[in-house]
Amino acid sequence: MSQFSFAFPKPGTKKLLVGASLAAVIAIPALLSSLLVFVVPLIQKPMMDALIREKLGHEPATWGGTQWIYALALFLAGVVMFTFAAIAGGIFSWYERRVAARMQSRIGPNRVGAGGFLQWIADAVKLLFKEDLVPGEADALIFRAAPYFVVAGMTLVLVALPAGQAIVVADLDVGIFYILAVTAFIVVGIILSGWSSNSKWSLFGAVRATAQIISYEIPAGLAIMVPVLMAGTLSTQGLIQAQGGWPWEWFFFRNPAAAVAFFILFISQLAEGNRTPFDLAEAESELVAGYFSEYSGFRFALYFLVEWANLWIIGAVASTLFLGGWQIPGVTTQTWAAVRGSGAFPAWGWWALQFVSLGVFAVKTLFLVNVVIWIRWTLPRIRIDQMMTLCWKYLVPAGFAAMLFTLLWQMVALWVPMVERVTALAVLLATIWVTWRFLVQTRKNVSLIAHERVDLSNW
Amino acid sequence: MSKLVLRRVDRNNEEMLINFGPQHPSTHGVLNFLVETDGEVMRKAIPDIGYLHRSLEKIGEMVGYPGYMPYTDRIDYLAAMFANEGYAVAVEKLLKIVVPPRAQYLRAISCELNRIASHLVSVGTMATDIGAVTPLVYALRERELINDLLEALCGARLTYNYHRIGGVAFDMPAGWQEKVIAYLDRFDSSVQEWDRLISTNEIYRKRLGGVAVITREQAIDYGLSGPNLRGSGVDWDLRRDAPYGAYPDFKFDVPVGRGWAGTVGDCYDRYYVRVLEMAQSSRIVRQALEKMPEGELTAKVSRKPKPEAGEAQSRIESARGEMAYYVVSDGTERPYRLRARTGSYMAMGIIEDISPGLMVADLVALIASLDVVAPETDR
Repeated sequence: MSQFSFAFPKPGTKKLLVGASLAAVIAIPALLSSLLVFVVPLIQKPMMDALIREKLGHEPATWGGTQWIYALALFLAGVVMFTFAAIAGGIFSWYERRVAARMQSRIGPNRVGAGGFLQWIADAVKLLFKEDLVPGEADALIFRAAPYFVVAGMTLVLVALPAGQAIVVADLDVGIFYILAVTAFIVVGIILSGWSSNSKWSLFGAVRATAQIISYEIPAGLAIMVPVLMAGTLSTQGLIQAQGGWPWEWFFFRNPAAAVAFFILFISQLAEGNRTPFDLAEAESELVAGYFSEYSGFRFALYFLVEWANLWIIGAVASTLFLGGWQIPGVTTQTWAAVRGSGAFPAWGWWALQFVSLGVFAVKTLFLVNVVIWIRWTLPRIRIDQMMTLCWKYLVPAGFAAMLFTLLWQMVALWVPMVERVTALAVLLATIWVTWRFLVQTRKNVSLIAHERVDLSNW
Repeated sequence: MSKLVLRRVDRNNEEMLINFGPQHPSTHGVLNFLVETDGEVMRKAIPDIGYLHRSLEKIGEMVGYPGYMPYTDRIDYLAAMFANEGYAVAVEKLLKIVVPPRAQYLRAISCELNRIASHLVSVGTMATDIGAVTPLVYALRERELINDLLEALCGARLTYNYHRIGGVAFDMPAGWQEKVIAYLDRFDSSVQEWDRLISTNEIYRKRLGGVAVITREQAIDYGLSGPNLRGSGVDWDLRRDAPYGAYPDFKFDVPVGRGWAGTVGDCYDRYYVRVLEMAQSSRIVRQALEKMPEGELTAKVSRKPKPEAGEAQSRIESARGEMAYYVVSDGTERPYRLRARTGSYMAMGIIEDISPGLMVADLVALIASLDVVAPETDR
């Protein structure tokens, strides 16, 4: 045996690997969804009280252990939401690379597991083992702390973000306002990292990101006002309950201004998430890597985790506000109450319906995630002055207009209830027509390519 | 130089000096730009070249005339055929050799294929520098096939060493002609695909249109040449206006910047001139393959040529502008002096005067639109 002999994998290895990754493909989402469906509703206060009363045999109001059980539930909620964000971010990182490769006529990661599905685990492990470098000139304390602000900003959003009929850690009265507010934590992290890195590129990226995120919070806030006006509540669950399961019951279709607001919100979210065409803060061709230029190892991984977990947040917020959230077509509040039964704990049908509602929500969210990924690998980046122009000259006035139109439209709809039906139909038809045109044009473009494979190799 | 600049930067106002390179993703090689910025707006960007200087001109004085040919590949690794041809033409003038017509045609074909490959990299990296990563991969996909073709022709994918003093090294392999035609049929449709993919993208046009305008007069004053000169609206192409080799036999158009996205001479014009030139190169290759004459591949040249004392100059329309070689002979088997004039070096000179008032993101667009390649600048 020579020194450089290469050990080929044993024949059975490949089968095992494919089996393992296929198992992971099924097991990870299954585990994740059961975690969400079974843990999150259970840690709500009424359910916890029922648990203490029925299973532990104590009266929750008087028993001393209640507070501890509540604290445990909070801890559990944190673990569940963070696990969810980490795994979703990881899978998105693999998925985005596969989609990008597909769009660029490449193959993409396909070595670790079947279809490269386990690539994100390999990447995470690699980054964990790398040295956690702090540049000599950096402000070490702030440099180390900055990523946690970014992660905190992302994780706190998940607290009020629903994923199913009862799957929300805390259904706050000011849910959507809270989500807007805690997103600002990310700005704190970014500007701290940019400043403390003591690198000019990092500072550039941080200043750009801060200007961008803060600017785009205004059109995002105005766009959010439209569904809030229509629902009359800031609670995320309330917003979804004000909509229905069928498309014509969604806010997006009920009001033409809401359709406009949806696009304003979506663009603003792209900007807040630093996604192309608004990835100025980490513009690779200009700023090397922007505000996280100097990071390595685990801290670097945290930035990327947040970036990809943000994909879920972008999709989830938009589908909560405009696309009916988890509402299952044909299932009304009465249905939910009926399947729940009258016991302290809900019946099995209720839990099954929770799964369905999570599925509906995930489908809508993942569709939007897909759109974000398509946009990222299609469009060039805009310049900073164009980014500001778009925000202040177009999106902010359009946001105000949408809000005022909604106010007017609601008054009109109060007098003539038919208006709502007519506008819903009109927007639905317009959407169908746009989708149809899009498909026709795509088909035409694909046929225009008409590349025959030219085999130039094998001389 | 950096010390000089440092002194000029006023520490009391809000200016910042940034080293844009030498390790930077969008400097197209090892380049450094000393960028004085006031926030996002640049006061000035000073190119600091020389990181890739390999004394290629001095080496020319050390090795014999034929032995220098592989070195010319290294002058411009994206368009090595032109560097080959420029040198060969200069030495042929010195030796008073007439190149056989078949060799002339093979030179034209190899050069035009190389021009397509080089322009593909140029427009692809242009898109990447603007932030769209996908088009680069499409450009490289097309370029790979040209690399395959050129590999079949001369055995190398990048540093071809194909041209010889007095002709070319190899004839076309069997079946090569059909493969090239098959490729060009595919390529002509992919130019339109390229337009749909990125050229007509609104963000892309807004990013490049009206940015870093080089006027007609400036372009001539600074000695710009090739696509950069034509992008500024000057109708000048050595292949047509000072023809050499087989080019008088071919019909082709010379695309000139027309202000497609705003102003004549902006980044978009320089970019789009290259896209149109690729289609013209494809036309030239088709004509050359059609009219390909029979005959020798090289003229009779001694293995150690000793030209008479004198000097000769060649001018070639390279992918990056005018490539000129100036060779001085003192009657020995080595040149007394060898000088190469390259398009990138000239293009680099204008950056300092165009950059004031641009944004940092525009500098990237300017560098990409001038298509500067560091080894060609430094040699």
